[in-house]
Amino acid sequence: MTPEELITSGQLELFVYGSLSPEENEEIIQMAKQHEIIREEIAAIETALYRLSTYSSPYLSARNYERIKAALNISSRSIGKTYKTHAFIGYAASILFLIGLGFVFYNYNIATENYEVVSTEKTELKNEVEKLNREKAVLNEIRETTYTRVALGGQTVAPNSSASIYWDQESHQVYVDVKNLPEPPEGKVYQVWSLQLEPALVPTSIGVLDGYVNSDIKIFKIDNVTEAQGFGITLEPEGGSETPTLTQLYTLGKV
Amino acid sequence: MSQEELVILIKKKDPRSFDYLYDMYADNLFGVIHTILKNKEESEDVLQEAFVKIWNNLDAYDDNKGRFFTWILNIARNLAIDKYRSKGFNNHKKNLSTENFVDIIKGSYSLNASTDAIGIKKFIKKLKPTCIKIIDLLFFKGFTQKEASEELDIPLGTVKTRNRACINELRNMLDN
Repeated sequence: MTPEELITSGQLELFVYGSLSPEENEEIIQMAKQHEIIREEIAAIETALYRLSTYSSPYLSARNYERIKAALNISSRSIGKTYKTHAFIGYAASILFLIGLGFVFYNYNIATENYEVVSTEKTELKNEVEKLNREKAVLNEIRETTYTRVALGGQTVAPNSSASIYWDQESHQVYVDVKNLPEPPEGKVYQVWSLQLEPALVPTSIGVLDGYVNSDIKIFKIDNVTEAQGFGITLEPEGGSETPTLTQLYTLGKV
Repeated sequence: MSQEELVILIKKKDPRSFDYLYDMYADNLFGVIHTILKNKEESEDVLQEAFVKIWNNLDAYDDNKGRFFTWILNIARNLAIDKYRSKGFNNHKKNLSTENFVDIIKGSYSLNASTDAIGIKKFIKKLKPTCIKIIDLLFFKGFTQKEASEELDIPLGTVKTRNRACINELRNMLDN
């Protein structure tokens, strides 16, 4: 059989499912060793099935991860036979002691496990509440009628991105909402520019969003924005740039 | 990280490797288990059993005999089917085929957080019903070709080629 014939036969799909006989399996493994094209085809089938089954998965909470890890710790711990005595009483006593110890150990593990689950959940909840409070504070502020919203649309490098600017022209404060921008690659930061559009385009840097990765609400505050006819966000090397790198213009919008 | 790198790491019992293993495969295995059992709590128990079994039997995995993906898939699927049968009232494999992965995806379950649920539903709808059925039986439920041919009432010889065509269709959808 040629590699192409094997591919079109449908046998490789069954190989990935695990439904071939040992002989048929062996045949595919030999072919895969010899032909790159077979290996690639197997990998492609596997990727499709991996994605399909992942998509079919209901939400799996982090509790499961903790639970499984705890279960593995228990099963990997074993109590070694370190005692050696000829006296039956000794054996009996040790066995009873071990059973008791095992029981205590078992309960202890269950208790620790429960405690860990509860405390992890508590921390998660606390973080969530804190995050919501911060979001609420920002929301309350931009609800003030003095704020103008400027919608920034995605540009060529990132057509699906978007961002919003909330600008209070009295207090000169700006909130930048960048939730819909992709995470910047390492060594890069987003830089926000206020733009003067007439008579000529003059960009002025108003800030670098350098805490992006650590910010959970993805809203940044910038002060002292006095004049702007538009806003833009570009991706720049760490620390920001003097002038915007226009090939890395992510979003843009007019006031 | 590739599957090969992961296997090397795991075989060394590198402490970080469990996290990698879990990150890479928990959702995928849970999807398979849950398609069989359709009950979240039971599926979580079986997922745990599967990871314990995988972890404790790593030395038995031989990459000269098949893909790691296939190996762990089989462990999870077999445990789920055993569990399904142990429930007693449904002792026949045929009953397994009543609800498929698409019913589950379309259902009211909250999907995995990393999943764009709407996007998935859209593309899944485009898969032909015969394809949904055949992938469901062979991949998710672990039917043999013979069992699938009986269940679908098609000749044994066409199971393999039809499945191949369906997987191609799935691949095209996922690539676009």
